[in-house]
Amino acid sequence: MNYVRKEIKMLEIKNLHARIAEDGTEIIRGLNLTVKPGEVAAIMGPNGSGKSTLSYILSGREDYEVTEGEILFNGENILELDPAERAAKGVFLAFQYPVEIPGVATMQFLKVAMNEQRKARGEAELTTPDFIRRVKEAADKLKIDQAMLRRPLNVGFSGGEKKRAEILQMALLEPNLCILDETDSGLDIDALKIVADGVNALKSPDRATIVITHYQRLLDYIVPDTVHVLYKGQIIRSGDKSLALQLEENGYADIIGEAA
Amino acid sequence: MNMQTTPRLTAAESALVEAFSGQIGQLPGNGAVIGSRDRLLDDLKKSGLPTRRIESWHYTDLKTLLRSLPATAPASAIDPIAPVLEGSTVLSVLQGAATSEASIDGVEVTTYHDQLVDGSAAASLTALDKDDAIGRINGSFVRDGFALNVPANTEVAQPIELQALHASGQIHTRFPATFGAASKATIVERHQSVTEGDAFVSSISDVVLEDGAEVTWIILQQQGATDTHLGQIRIKLGTEAKLWLFVVNAGGKLVRQELRIEVEGEGAELTLRGVNLLGGGSHTDVTLVLGHNVPNTNSTEIIRNVVFDKASGVFQGMIRVAPDAQKTDAKMACNTLLLSDDADFSAKPELEIFADDVICGHGATVADIDRNHLFYLMARGVPENKARAMLVNAFVAEIVEELEDEALVEALEAIISTWLEKHA
Repeated sequence: MNYVRKEIKMLEIKNLHARIAEDGTEIIRGLNLTVKPGEVAAIMGPNGSGKSTLSYILSGREDYEVTEGEILFNGENILELDPAERAAKGVFLAFQYPVEIPGVATMQFLKVAMNEQRKARGEAELTTPDFIRRVKEAADKLKIDQAMLRRPLNVGFSGGEKKRAEILQMALLEPNLCILDETDSGLDIDALKIVADGVNALKSPDRATIVITHYQRLLDYIVPDTVHVLYKGQIIRSGDKSLALQLEENGYADIIGEAA
Repeated sequence: MNMQTTPRLTAAESALVEAFSGQIGQLPGNGAVIGSRDRLLDDLKKSGLPTRRIESWHYTDLKTLLRSLPATAPASAIDPIAPVLEGSTVLSVLQGAATSEASIDGVEVTTYHDQLVDGSAAASLTALDKDDAIGRINGSFVRDGFALNVPANTEVAQPIELQALHASGQIHTRFPATFGAASKATIVERHQSVTEGDAFVSSISDVVLEDGAEVTWIILQQQGATDTHLGQIRIKLGTEAKLWLFVVNAGGKLVRQELRIEVEGEGAELTLRGVNLLGGGSHTDVTLVLGHNVPNTNSTEIIRNVVFDKASGVFQGMIRVAPDAQKTDAKMACNTLLLSDDADFSAKPELEIFADDVICGHGATVADIDRNHLFYLMARGVPENKARAMLVNAFVAEIVEELEDEALVEALEAIISTWLEKHA
């Protein structure tokens, strides 16, 4: 089903330039991108093109400095907001490498995250039974067993378990903009299907998804409405899903050659 | 030039000498005890309080740090408080005096006062070495405490809380405890101030685990923000004895906790965990001297420190492996979260290994909160201050959660989070 509502822009990135704060290396060099509610946008590109950097900048990581341009989220410039404020507005990043945090219980973390976002939006906190019910339902769908939820956050999780845990968080936090950073990396085909089903189940007319990936494979399961090729910090080509297939067949060389 | 000088006493040293002469005839003890007291005070007068020139006191120059002493303890009405672990048998020492004579099934409990009076305490009124200021101070002044004797093959069903509560003043307590062969027990040794005002506290626990005894011993130091706490625990581990020693410092202005442990029986196992929560302008020193004296013993030591404000902390960890203590397995780690530019922490691990077939390791880290962890939590909507608090808590919770007793984990986590909420 295609949910794209053409008249509204959810995310608008205008002439974005950004560099690594520590050493000044410019990574994003004049990037423009628009994503509409309901849209699934795939961002593809070779290693080092700036894909992960873009996901970090969207979610507000301090290690990057935006030197020019703006990011409008539902019409509001979010560059001045910290990661927690952006999350409360509905930005969600599914990490490529979710960190292990010993000593933080997974359930406690989920409860704090859900309730802090609710508080920031002026909603009532969840009761414990309501919270547990929600977690159980979402976990069952993703085939996450209860024993995993009793462990410290991501600690000792396999690569596939970590990715499923990310999608669990996404399902519970109900964001407006889901950014999936190389969610397919390290997944076998069965795990990939479970994760893709989890993502597809969250598709809605009010929610947009940015799928960052190196390979076409994930896009067989999460079918994009638009595909954008990122190279040297710019979008050098945009198209529909056929562009991903074309990349799969011919590699990036042709497109990069045209752009150069 | 040969110059002979009588050392000038500092204000605190003079106050100690005066306190002693002021209490002549009042400190409990038979002739042998009084003889020991006199010798210990004499040695203290001669050596003075230790300074940074003495290696084991290098980071805690007691002569400089201990500026004065509060007046000797005025009598003060203090009521016992609820124990840390529900269902514990509480043995209260209020303002330095053992007040309850609670009986515990299968355990011999006597007051230390009685042991001083009948002289059975005399042999333990010693300094462990020439720099043992705590042994000297406590031995000179100690008035009371509780002595526990758990007979062989006895499993003490309920935890025992040694609850030392005090207002201001000078308080000196002692807790000898012997755990017979194959006995089991959990002990909470708790030092807490119940009012404002300076207190000067010394306390020594003399702990013996006979063959096969299994003991969990928790030291919980929650004194007031202007208090001095000089603590020492002297431990001997027999064959296949197992000791869990958990030390929490969450209070005090000037704190020294000495852990003097001798592993004397093959197959013995020590698990030492420490949590130091340091804030304000406090100075806290945990000093471990651990002897692996026989073959086939193992120990792990993990100390976690959280340092705020202008606090300073010290961990000295000395592990000695005797020449014939082959197959010793000892691992020590000291990890610190420094949360302010004005805070500092010194870690000094020392291994003295005289055997050749051993596994011994140590590591020390000092860091701020992990930026990746902070970003991850914030990216899920947890505001920065809350995310930081969660991560600090997690840093110490990680070692608390190793304890098998869930009630104990909950109780310690509650103490830690209460402290962090107040200070972070």
